[in-house]
Amino acid sequence: MGNKILMKGNEALAEAAIRAGCRHFFGYPITPQTEVSAYMAKKMPKIGGTFLQAESEVSAINMVYGAGGAGVRVMTSSSSPGISLKQEGISYIAGADVPCVIVNIVRGGPGLGGIQPAQSDYFQATKGGGHGDYHLVVLAPSSIQEMVDLTSDAFDIGDKYRCPVMIMGDGMLGQMMEPVEFKDTDAESLPEKEWATSGTGMKRKKNIINSLFIEASELEDLVLERQKRYDAIIANEVRYEAIDTEEADIVLVAYGTTARIAKTAMAKAKEKGYKVGIIRPITLWPFPFEAFEKALSKNTNKTFLAVEMSMGQMVEDVRLAVNGRADVQFFGRTGGVVPTPNEILAKIEEIGGAK
Amino acid sequence: MEKVFQRPHALSDVSFHYCPGCPHGIVHRLVAEVIDELGIEGDTIGVAPVGCSVFAYNYFECDMQEAAHGRAPAVATGIKRARPDKVVFTYQGDGDLAAIGTAETVHIAARGENVTTIFINNAIYGMTGGQMAPTTLAGQVTQTSPYGRDIKTQGNPIRVCEMLSTLDGPAYIERVTVDTVAHIKKAKAAIKKAFQTQMEGKGFTLIEVVSTCPTNWGMSPQESFEWMRENMLKHYPLGVYKDITQEEEA
Repeated sequence: MGNKILMKGNEALAEAAIRAGCRHFFGYPITPQTEVSAYMAKKMPKIGGTFLQAESEVSAINMVYGAGGAGVRVMTSSSSPGISLKQEGISYIAGADVPCVIVNIVRGGPGLGGIQPAQSDYFQATKGGGHGDYHLVVLAPSSIQEMVDLTSDAFDIGDKYRCPVMIMGDGMLGQMMEPVEFKDTDAESLPEKEWATSGTGMKRKKNIINSLFIEASELEDLVLERQKRYDAIIANEVRYEAIDTEEADIVLVAYGTTARIAKTAMAKAKEKGYKVGIIRPITLWPFPFEAFEKALSKNTNKTFLAVEMSMGQMVEDVRLAVNGRADVQFFGRTGGVVPTPNEILAKIEEIGGAK
Repeated sequence: MEKVFQRPHALSDVSFHYCPGCPHGIVHRLVAEVIDELGIEGDTIGVAPVGCSVFAYNYFECDMQEAAHGRAPAVATGIKRARPDKVVFTYQGDGDLAAIGTAETVHIAARGENVTTIFINNAIYGMTGGQMAPTTLAGQVTQTSPYGRDIKTQGNPIRVCEMLSTLDGPAYIERVTVDTVAHIKKAKAAIKKAFQTQMEGKGFTLIEVVSTCPTNWGMSPQESFEWMRENMLKHYPLGVYKDITQEEEA
C-alpha cells in the first residue's frame, strides 16, 4: 500500500482485475484494448490463472458465461465492434444471472469505424445492446486510478447482485499512463456462490444455469425478480461527481475522458466570470438522476450542457433527468475526434452570452 | 424382489419431451449409465445445446448449463478452465455443432480441450420442424430442400469426425449408432471411453451418434433406422477416426 506506480490504463485495469480475484480471462485481439489481453497472457500463467485467446468475440463471451456460471471471477475485454459481437452472450449472461465483468474500450463507429477514442457506444451499453429485459451496470472511469478502483467494484457488484457489469472506457483512457495505487482486496469476504455449476459432489440438488423458460408466467416472474435486484442497484450503487451545480448558470454533464476536458473548460470559463458547474456520471446505468435534482433544487433557471464524444447519446438521459424544467443543450465531437477545452468554452460562451 | 433393470441415477426421474421413436432417449440413457458406472455424477457438469435436446438440463442429475445455439463448446471450455478437476460434456445436434457452432467445434478440438462432446447427427433440424442441416445428404428432401438437397446450390454435407480427425488436439473420435442392441452396446463403450480419456487429461473427445428423426423424416421408427442404414451410414461410416490412447499403447 501507498506505492504509486506509473501504468498504462489497459494494463492497470488488468492488474486491478487480478487483484480483485479474477483468475480467468477470455479475450480476442482488437485495438485499442489489446494490452489487457497481453497483460493477462503474461501474468495469468504465473499465478495459476487462465488466459485464453478465443477464436472469436462470440466464443470469448460464451467462455465467460461458462466460467462465471461455474462460480469463478471472470472477465473479458474488447472494443466497440467486438462488443457488438458479444451482445448475444451478454443477453444470455444477464438472463442466466451470471456475474462477470466486460470491458469496452470504446472506439469510433459505426461499423469498423476507427481506432480513436469515442463514446458512441453509450446507447448500446445503457439501453440494452442484446435482446430482452435486462440492464448492464455500466461504470465509466475518467482516470487510470478510477479505472483501477472501479474494476474492483465491478467484480463486487456483479457478485452481489448476480449480474454482468461493464467498465466503459475509451481509447484515451486505455492508452494513456498515470500513477496508480492498488488497494488490497479482502478475498475472504467474497460471497459464497451456492448457485454455481461446480459439481454437486452428491451433496446437493443439481444447479442449472439457464435463460430458457418456456412458460410465460415463469419467465415473467424471473424478470420481475431480476428487476428487484435492479431496483436495489439503483438505490445503492449510483455514483457521480458534482461540482458547483446548485449555484451554476451552466451545468456541464460529461463522463470519462470528456469530463476531464470539460473540467478544464469549466476552469477557463470561471476565470472569465461564468458560473459553471459539472455533473460527472460515474455509473452510466444506473444514471445519476439525483445529481440533477440537487442541481435544480435552488433554481431551475440554468442550462445543462451535455458534452460527449458522440452525436448525442447521454444527452437523452440528461433530458429525462431535467424533464423539461431547464434548458438542455449538447456539444459533441465524434468519429474519434476528441473535443478541445476551447471548443467547449466557446459553447459555454455562446450559451452564457458575452461577459 | 431383486431389481434387475432400473433408471440410472444420473438420469432425472422426469418424462422426456422427445417424439416417439426418437433415439435421444437411448443416448441420454447411455450417457447417464456411463456417469453412474464411472461414479462421476457429483463431479460432472453438462452443457445443453439449442435444438431438440435443449431441455437436456432437465434430464441429467449432474450440474448443467444451457448454451446459446452453437456455443456449447465455448461454454464447456469456460467451465472446464474454471473447474479443471471436473468432468465436462456437451450434448449437441448437427445444426448446433456443424452449422452455427462450426468455429466453436473446430477450435475446442484444435485446443484439445479436456471436454467430451456427444454429437447427435440425424441430418435435419428437428426442433424447428425439419429443415436442411449441414449434414443433410445430397438429394435428401427437407422443408428447406423440398426438391432434394442440390449440392450445386446448397452445398455438400459435412463429415464431422473425418474433418476433426485431421487436427492434433482431439484424443478420441468415434462414430457410432444406436439402431440395434449390438450397436447400442458399442455406442456405450465409446461414450465411456470418451469420458475416461477426458478424465485421464488426454484431450478432446467426440462421439458422433448417427441418429434418426422419424417425425420430420416422415417415417416410422423402424423405417427410419432402415433409411439410416441404407443412406446415412454410407456417407457417415461407423468406426474410430482418432484414438491417441491406442497410438500410445502401440
